Amino acid sequence: MNPHVPWEAEVVERIQESPTIFTLRLRVVDAEARQAYRFAPGQFNMVYLYGVGEVPISIASDPQDTSLLGHTIRAVGRVTEGLSRLGVGERLGLRGPYGRGWPLAEAEGKDIVVVTGGLGCAPVVGVINYIIMRRERFGSLTVIQGVKHAEELIWRERYAYWNTLPDTQVLLAADHGGPLWPWHVGLVTEVFDQVEITPERTVAMMCGPEGMMRAAVRNLTERGLAEDSIYLSMERNMQCAIGQCGHCQFGASFICRQGPVFSYSQIKELLGVRGF
Amino acid sequence: MLEGAPDVSRVFLPRDALQRVLDALTGSGFRCVGPRLKEGAIIYETLTETAALPQGVHDRQAPGEYHIEQVSSPRQFAWANGPQALKPFLFAPREVLWRVVRDTEGRLAFREVQLDVKPIAVIGVRACDLAALALQDKHFLGGAYPDPAYAKRRENIFIVAVHCSHPAATCFCVSTGDGPRATHGFDIALSELDSGFVAEAGSVRGKALLDALGCSAAAAEQIAQAEDEIAHAARSQSRRLPGRNLRDALFANLEHPRWEEVAERCLSCGNCTSVCPTCFCSSESEQPSLDGNNAEHSREWDSCFTRGHSYIHGVVVRSDTRTRYRQWLTHKLGSWHEQYGRSGCVGCGRCVTWCPTGIDITEEATAICGEPPL
Repeated sequence: MNPHVPWEAEVVERIQESPTIFTLRLRVVDAEARQAYRFAPGQFNMVYLYGVGEVPISIASDPQDTSLLGHTIRAVGRVTEGLSRLGVGERLGLRGPYGRGWPLAEAEGKDIVVVTGGLGCAPVVGVINYIIMRRERFGSLTVIQGVKHAEELIWRERYAYWNTLPDTQVLLAADHGGPLWPWHVGLVTEVFDQVEITPERTVAMMCGPEGMMRAAVRNLTERGLAEDSIYLSMERNMQCAIGQCGHCQFGASFICRQGPVFSYSQIKELLGVRGF
Repeated sequence: MLEGAPDVSRVFLPRDALQRVLDALTGSGFRCVGPRLKEGAIIYETLTETAALPQGVHDRQAPGEYHIEQVSSPRQFAWANGPQALKPFLFAPREVLWRVVRDTEGRLAFREVQLDVKPIAVIGVRACDLAALALQDKHFLGGAYPDPAYAKRRENIFIVAVHCSHPAATCFCVSTGDGPRATHGFDIALSELDSGFVAEAGSVRGKALLDALGCSAAAAEQIAQAEDEIAHAARSQSRRLPGRNLRDALFANLEHPRWEEVAERCLSCGNCTSVCPTCFCSSESEQPSLDGNNAEHSREWDSCFTRGHSYIHGVVVRSDTRTRYRQWLTHKLGSWHEQYGRSGCVGCGRCVTWCPTGIDITEEATAICGEPPL
């Protein structure tokens, strides 16, 4: 099996989440490849647009159902702009899954704090859904999401729904609110004080801008959470996804291979050092 | 071995017997590639006649300088290294990874590239380049996804090494532990003397080739002279890295003022990464056909000194030369230890010679890490 070559996949459903964010639900065309496919929340696929190129996109759907793979994407570059114009029935390329996902085995039985910023929600929405669908395996669930502008929040209904579930708390913050923003206005880290944390039985998972993640780590460690209980999903340029092209190098790690999810203790030496 | 008895594992090849080595390899289906003087440098090219070898040619290398000198000598390997190593023969500078055909209904058929790899024999490989080869093997073949193109070329290469007797002023393989003697990874290794070569086999097929030549065992004085020349080559190196594991020293000095000083001289041109025999970065690109029916997906060598290398949705992680040079050096001499169990530098000195502004990796590493206590 040549690891560089994608499979053909078909767009089965397309959802416009916001003016620039959309979700594609994809089906791998080859039945054998589709049946053999397994993934864990936090892993990613390389998504290929015909004639343009590939991009790494995390898998947002539930790992139990690999017949349809969900990818939530923001149109920011050549490939993602092109992907945003694909309709149902159109074909693209897919290969994966790659990388290490969230530490679900370690998280079982623990309270979970999920912290995201911006479109950071895409890599963690898979794990949030995973927990919601297997609620008895986990303790309390706290979802903290920050956005710059109130209108950037996607999946409002989903957050509102999660917030109605027992033992589940959703805290949202926008740097710039608006008339229809019932949640906190200000930095996402300001809502941390509303969270009750029992450090010895809590696991934190986060993704989003690195400045936000560093601030969140500071807050959580100050409140007694162990560095090994905090997990971050990192982003870097990725082209091959199999640890060969060198672009996603971060110290001694290839983010596509040893990551994208790392414990804070694994990467704290270089996290926030400009140029790494 | 009895005192005075000839070392039968080493044979003596009169100079004209080297042609028989080329002929035997060609007869076994190999394309022979060897050093040739071209456009003022020694480069690897197809070699069918030993007469085309760079006889009496010395290279004079210094930071940012490479010159060829012609002297009166029968020797054909009395030079250190040219800009190439083995890297281009295994990790192609540019190659198509796969093709995709789109039919009228928009369906996509992905096709693997059928590699047409011809067996190749490389003559004149140095110890530093064999060390680099072992590292590239780890990178391209050692993980969960061995690279098919590299693997196929790797299976089809025959290596005739030459123990280095003429290191350049920019060489420092002794301090990295990789030379000047070739110790592993070759099929045949040669020591060059004025009258010919002391040859030893490093593999079963190398031994079969030497046996078939029917050469006599090397004389004790020939072996002694070959050993003397290697030892002399080791002693003649004046450059060195300040220690074999600089990982902690480099990462403890990420804000050292020297990074800024080197950035003022560095052009961010990427020459050092192109000539480095262990640099493995590549970038991928897409070439759609004009009629829109198919596309090729390729990879080509890339460099961590480019802007695009660290580009991610609108942000360049390493936007200045300081952070790019620091990335290169901390990776090559530092985090490489964690990734592959050793430094990524084999002491070939090419990055020093081929840097247009003569930046010297040994000098920079020494300035940043300091000399270790004796």
